[in-house]
Amino acid sequence: MDDFIINALLAGTGLALLAGSLGCVVVWRRMAYFGDTLAHSALLGVALAVSIEMLPIFGVAIIGIVLASLLFWLEHRQELSNDTLLGIMSHSALALGLIVLSIAQNQGANVDLMAYLFGDILAVSREELLWIYAGAALVLSLFAYLWRDLLSISVHEELARTDGVSVGKTRFMFMLLLALTIAVAIKVVGVLLITALLIIPAASARLYSRTPLQMVLLSIFFGILSVVIGLISSLHWDIPTAPAIVAAASLLFFVSNLFQPRA
Amino acid sequence: MESNILLAAEHLHLNRQGKTILSDVNLSLRESEIVTLIGPNGAGKTSLIRILLGLGEATDGRVYRRADLSIGYVPQRTSINSVLPLRVLDFLRLSARYSLEEITLVLKEVGVSHILNSAIQTLSGGELQRVLLARALLKKPNILVLDEPAQGVDIIGQQALYKLITAIRDNHACGILMVSHDLHLVMAATDQVVCLNTHVCCTGHPDHISEHPEYLKLFGDALDGMAVYSHHHDHEHKLNGAIVCTHHKECGHHHG
Repeated sequence: MDDFIINALLAGTGLALLAGSLGCVVVWRRMAYFGDTLAHSALLGVALAVSIEMLPIFGVAIIGIVLASLLFWLEHRQELSNDTLLGIMSHSALALGLIVLSIAQNQGANVDLMAYLFGDILAVSREELLWIYAGAALVLSLFAYLWRDLLSISVHEELARTDGVSVGKTRFMFMLLLALTIAVAIKVVGVLLITALLIIPAASARLYSRTPLQMVLLSIFFGILSVVIGLISSLHWDIPTAPAIVAAASLLFFVSNLFQPRA
Repeated sequence: MESNILLAAEHLHLNRQGKTILSDVNLSLRESEIVTLIGPNGAGKTSLIRILLGLGEATDGRVYRRADLSIGYVPQRTSINSVLPLRVLDFLRLSARYSLEEITLVLKEVGVSHILNSAIQTLSGGELQRVLLARALLKKPNILVLDEPAQGVDIIGQQALYKLITAIRDNHACGILMVSHDLHLVMAATDQVVCLNTHVCCTGHPDHISEHPEYLKLFGDALDGMAVYSHHHDHEHKLNGAIVCTHHKECGHHHG
């Protein structure tokens, strides 16, 4: 096998590990739109990183963390509903990202917008692979540390609070982890398809799980399977890889719905 | 403070967005005592409970909690997030790593030992309530706070539930604070009824059933475990909550 295929497989698997586990919480806590907002803001991160010649993954991580903090802060002092707030943030960040990117291009930076919108998994470098796994290790260990509290607040916030769980802190920490996950994902599937990898494998896993942990493990499994199927079909039929991965995930979701256990 | 007082509210006031939710509320709960908090919707019952539980802040006043206090809380009829796959066993283990023996024992006590491995979303309302009760009991509480436990339960179910709650009080010697929006039917084992409508309207023992032979004749056995509480107010409330004197004299706001 060629090096670039192995790198792509490794990058995809790393992302599936992250997206599979955090995606379950995104599904439980109905945070899909939040994920979308963070993903859209990623473009701004890329643009800024490119302007100062930094690795895009860092720009995305920083902007994601800033945005997550801003949203967390606004949630508590706003008359507007959460989805309106997310919509405002999401599109402002996207517009700003496109503007900064075009300024960078005018100044001679060589940026391929498509690569960031849809990822460029076949061009993942050794260095990027290293950062993907470093990020994954960090996020997954923090995720494991937060697991019980995350579960508690997803089941019932009020009960969690009476158990002494710091609900605000846990929610904020999870938002930060999600921001880091998106930074890891940008090279693999790009801004527009990240949310799909968070949600679709988790949704497929829900059908077959009886416990939260089962759902996480199955979701990771569905994620890796989607990466493998997507990559193979992309090479075989010469179609873009990230959309192929997401399409594979969707296909798995529909198939698993057809063979749903216990009606 | 008397040593057998577990939890007390002292002159609690709560204002929210210029509206008075609670006004000078006093309430205390002693060991092995059952206090039923009643009042119409919007009377501030839930706000008061939240403050007592430490989930909310009062604008003014103070909450006394005995130092060794462990509170078991059973929230109002609630639904558990259905997107999350969760067995009863997992649910009960969310707050601490209880052993299987402990969990089996407590589920048996509340009468639902058969659902240990059931998905929590498949439970009936009554079963879920008992699981929530089991969850509160696992904490070995000296206070049990139940928010509207009888809501949506028919009278036979209420009777069974009240029997269970009384048994829990007897076995665990814990104080019980119960919220109800039913102004007329409260649990017979209740030691004290507190009638709340922003302020404490009246408090007292529920009248004994035997004093109401007419009621007994009417409802017969279905009322076993229930008592009728008659309110002794010196004032009435208009729909907007304003106080109207009923005794043609200044009632100011002292309650007898």
